[in-house]
Amino acid sequence: MTGEVWRQIGECVQNLPSYLGQHVLISVLALGIGIAVSLPLAILGARSKTLRWPVLTAASIIQTIPSMALLALFFPVLVGVSYVTSRVLGVSISALGFLPTIIALTLYSMLPVLRNTVTGITGVDPAMTEAARGLGMRPRQVLLKVELPLALPVIIAGVRTATVWVVGIATLSAPIGQTSLGTYIFSGLYMENWIAVLFGCVFAAALALVLDQLIGLMQAGVTLRSRGRVAGAAVGLGVVILGGLALPALQGEGLFRGWFRQKAAEGPAEATQETYVIGSKTFAEQYVLAAAIRDQMQAAGLGTRMREGLGSAVVFRALASGEIDVYVDYSGTIWVNHMKRGTVADPQTVLTDMTWWLARKKGIRCLGPLGFENAYALAMKRDRAEALGVDSIDDLAGVSADLKIGGSYEFFGRPEWTRLRDAYGLSFAERKQYQATFMYKAVGTGEVDLIAAFTSDGRIAAYDLVVLQDPKRIIPPYDAVLLLAPGVAEDEALARALRPLVRAIPVETMRRANYQVMRDENSRTADQAADWLRREIGVAGK
Amino acid sequence: MIRLDQVSKSYDGGRTWAVRGLNLHVAEGELMVLLGESGCGKTTTLKMINGLIEATDGRIHVAGQDVRRQDPVLLRRRIGYVFQRIGLFPHMTVGENVAIVPKLLGWEKQTVARRVEELLEMVDLGPADFRDRMPRNLSGGQRQRVGVARALAARSNVMLMDEPFGALDPLTRASLQDEYRRIHRRLGLTSVMVTHDMTEALLMADRIACMRAGEIVQVGSPHALMTDPQDEFVRRLMQTPKEQADRLEQIVQDEGGGAS
Repeated sequence: MTGEVWRQIGECVQNLPSYLGQHVLISVLALGIGIAVSLPLAILGARSKTLRWPVLTAASIIQTIPSMALLALFFPVLVGVSYVTSRVLGVSISALGFLPTIIALTLYSMLPVLRNTVTGITGVDPAMTEAARGLGMRPRQVLLKVELPLALPVIIAGVRTATVWVVGIATLSAPIGQTSLGTYIFSGLYMENWIAVLFGCVFAAALALVLDQLIGLMQAGVTLRSRGRVAGAAVGLGVVILGGLALPALQGEGLFRGWFRQKAAEGPAEATQETYVIGSKTFAEQYVLAAAIRDQMQAAGLGTRMREGLGSAVVFRALASGEIDVYVDYSGTIWVNHMKRGTVADPQTVLTDMTWWLARKKGIRCLGPLGFENAYALAMKRDRAEALGVDSIDDLAGVSADLKIGGSYEFFGRPEWTRLRDAYGLSFAERKQYQATFMYKAVGTGEVDLIAAFTSDGRIAAYDLVVLQDPKRIIPPYDAVLLLAPGVAEDEALARALRPLVRAIPVETMRRANYQVMRDENSRTADQAADWLRREIGVAGK
Repeated sequence: MIRLDQVSKSYDGGRTWAVRGLNLHVAEGELMVLLGESGCGKTTTLKMINGLIEATDGRIHVAGQDVRRQDPVLLRRRIGYVFQRIGLFPHMTVGENVAIVPKLLGWEKQTVARRVEELLEMVDLGPADFRDRMPRNLSGGQRQRVGVARALAARSNVMLMDEPFGALDPLTRASLQDEYRRIHRRLGLTSVMVTHDMTEALLMADRIACMRAGEIVQVGSPHALMTDPQDEFVRRLMQTPKEQADRLEQIVQDEGGGAS
């Protein structure tokens, strides 16, 4: 067991230079821009009451937007901006990762700096400013020599608050494709790798604390006129910042790589020279499949780059706009979320209609189904189901009033859930929302009686759950499908590399691969599971 | 040296007047005290002289020059100002506080340093001991000495003082009052001092301008005001210190000191 822990820690440490470096980069850059914008704005605000109110209110409103939502909100905005710049300048901006993260974090850093600077300056004793004027200082000199120095402790307190916030919130940039210490936390959560989660948290907290303390030391040094303190703090900040920025370079990773990218090459011949970007959503199966796709492409001599752990709302748009080139989605998700279809058809019709719709409306090529479904399904512990005599969702109608149901945050917001409830006349005693990991644990411990599980999840077998039949076919089919971005839709080299995966993965194989990653004991990495998967289905080693 | 002609100030566009139709002439080398109750316009008058407050009406001349025709910032650098609540900057050392105006005037570093030493010595604060102290480590009296030194720093010969000794304990106040008079005479300054302390006014002033409701009621030497008050207000004003002196006398004469 301890050997296992050390192995996981070792894996985390391997990624530390890149994750920590990126985290330092985005935090420091966002803070720098935030302070550079906020300080002058706050000074103007302190001078003019008419400006103060709108500025502080706007900053407060931004602060009330949940950080996760703010980070995600800039994605569609930047997709739009990128469309315009690519039309006008021929350069498209990456709407994923770096830019939206910097914008959102910058906005977050502004309120504490703005508010404290305004409070600090307006709080300076009017006798002080009058004395300064009376001695013959010009307005600029009053500001620089008297007001700012006197307000400094309050301003710095704001900067420190902003620092702690930004370093913390920067972890949330992982789902929009920015590598950070949050990557440990998010991938750890979805892969049930608690060591990674802890690792990310500890390093993010430590970074926040160290920066906070160093800024505090710097301020104390200035106030107490202690050269030693100022120099110590400056050296400390320099080491943290420059060290952080230099770390990824050690791994040969360019910091700004992927920020700007060339427009996708037009012809397939050029396209083969490109690096393909592989995307994935935020759960184990997606990491495994992304790794399998990567190995498959590398075996065919194609260059690849990973953009893992993207939020499911972000990933489809990212593909449509060419941010990523390939990923795996599920037919039901496209059918319900993007095609907005209300009725359910048989799997083949869904596949055909979806393929046509994707090509026609988005220019996206559906290379085909992988051969398994990852659908929502209501599942119960086997003994509980047998005791209740429940075999299908139909049987639930009579007993649902006494049962508690658990589901993911997403599930209860989906149209399937409403239709399922109405069609079968279900009315549960209680409804609980969980992150997937905890959802399975909850049904395992009996905290809830049934859950909205995922059919390809290895934990169905591990927890000895039975999947309830859906005789009315309310839940649409969720066939895993390989999707190619419009820019590479005609890229035959890519298609050739990936075609062996089409209709090749049975659901049992996928479940076992998923479980290798998810199980608590002796878990494997997504790379190892992908390796196993490819050998299992006989596509490896060619 | 300082001349105010028909000077008026209104803060509300002419509905009420803080100062109205004020005429005052302060001769070179004179120590003029503006005396009156709080809110009578004496501080407003003082601040109009160096342009901290802009007069609504009338003309003000300092050393023969119209105040309004000059850059108020440059004007202020030429006029020493001692502030009511001392006004030392808490984030600067004693030396830095004193050096502010010479630095603003662009004096050379060494000249500034020498001047700071000279001034600290003049106000009896040993430079070696005091130059690098922060204002929070000084007593009230020491701070006001720094305030006076700072006002004198640029060799200005016009000094404006806004209740400079108001916040000090009586002993310190008395010694600083004496000391200021000495400096005033030795450097040949022209000073205008605002106070509501009758005794202070009588002891320090060459001439006193009694103000009431924005207007000057009477200007004259302490002796003239005491012996020849021109109206009831001035008479009552001048009586207060006399009455106090009488009562003190009474206490001294009552042997037990228990009489009420």
